[in-house]
Amino acid sequence: MVTDLHRTPTVERAREVAEAVTDPELPMLTLADLGVLREVTVGADGAVTAGITPTYSGCPALAEMRAALDAGLRAAGFTEVRIRTVLDPPWSTDWITPEGRRKLIEHGIAPPGSAPRRASGPVPLTLSPTRAPVACPHCGSADTEEISRFSATACTALRRCRACREPFDQVKEL
Amino acid sequence: MSDDHVYLSLAENSPEGGARWAFGTGFEDPLHGVDPALRSGVDAPALAARCLALGDDALVAAQRLAEWCTRAPELEEEVALANIGLDLLGQARLLLARAGQAEGAGRGEDALAYFRDPEDFRNVRLVELPNGDFAQCMARLLLFSTWRLAAFQRLTDDQDPVLAAIAAKGVQELTYHRDHAAQWTVRLGDGTDESRRRMRRGLDEVWPYLDELLLADGGAVGDDVGDEVLRTLREVLDAARLPQPLAAPSPGSGRAGEHTPYLAPLLAELQSLARADPEATW
Repeated sequence: MVTDLHRTPTVERAREVAEAVTDPELPMLTLADLGVLREVTVGADGAVTAGITPTYSGCPALAEMRAALDAGLRAAGFTEVRIRTVLDPPWSTDWITPEGRRKLIEHGIAPPGSAPRRASGPVPLTLSPTRAPVACPHCGSADTEEISRFSATACTALRRCRACREPFDQVKEL
Repeated sequence: MSDDHVYLSLAENSPEGGARWAFGTGFEDPLHGVDPALRSGVDAPALAARCLALGDDALVAAQRLAEWCTRAPELEEEVALANIGLDLLGQARLLLARAGQAEGAGRGEDALAYFRDPEDFRNVRLVELPNGDFAQCMARLLLFSTWRLAAFQRLTDDQDPVLAAIAAKGVQELTYHRDHAAQWTVRLGDGTDESRRRMRRGLDEVWPYLDELLLADGGAVGDDVGDEVLRTLREVLDAARLPQPLAAPSPGSGRAGEHTPYLAPLLAELQSLARADPEATW
């Protein structure tokens, strides 16, 4: 990666600033925790380029993430800032870091399991609503049920704990 | 920053001169910072046409799904339909933006969404039919997302890297959409006499528009899409213990700009603000 070849204090600083920008919909997570920050490079002319990848095609947070990245880097003294959208490869919830998963649980949101492995050929149908067991982020019980695969944000599913009776969101596997 | 009014604080300019939020920053473009260049050898008009058709399908389908807001049978379902619509709207924005780049005439996603007339839209008629029963909504979503998922899977290998990347993201989303519709089809089809009757009626209403979807795009997404779609639909119908509808295909082609009378009023509503005030930003 270009970043590794040019590891200077300036790149380190730009990366540090970019990594600390938070997701407007899951504000406990930084862009680094979420795994959407794909690159931070500083060119010979001192221009910073930051690349981020959308979680979902229609994620309304993306424009705000771009603006926050831009504003954060400018506030840190970088005058020339370019934000790139990186579409390939598509974001997967497997890119959420262990630290990000820990923060999700701390805030009452269950982290995703492993994203489905895509073999070649047609995507198999899933006709039953149950999937791998998901632990309740409140009481830790594994006795939880899916209420809906779609919840308050594009990236979450709605579940309920049968033990403590609390509903909770889960970041669904993508 | 003034905190006394949320909209004022959102729109307020920062000391650096850029707007504080997404407004006015130029970040609204869904392909912001993506290299717009076309690879040599890419048939630009064909790429533009394909992106336009797939973008129009998603835009019109998203608008119909949004009409379920406040009308869905239960709150969880309302949230689900809105989320599915939002995914499709996101796909539409990316595809229309790419269509505009491939066309090379300076039209962006807004010009294509808001300033074309019904006869210039290239969506299949399936997505423009009015909303009916909830079962009909699920029947339509089942047909549409089954086809779209199969088509997008093939497009992940497209010559155009931007379309291929849009398709790869879409495959992840469409898998959830299709499974949602399939699960409802099984639940209603294999449910009570009443739910079964309505699921059958819903499928009967949309089935005549399946052929158009399978023939659309002239095989450009792979000749074997039709077989795969029919196999998947049969698997769902079998699980729901429902017969395959026998309805004859409805003649006509939305891909050729031949639409039902239902598209014009849908677009009139979708386009009303942009046309009343072309300078408006939101």
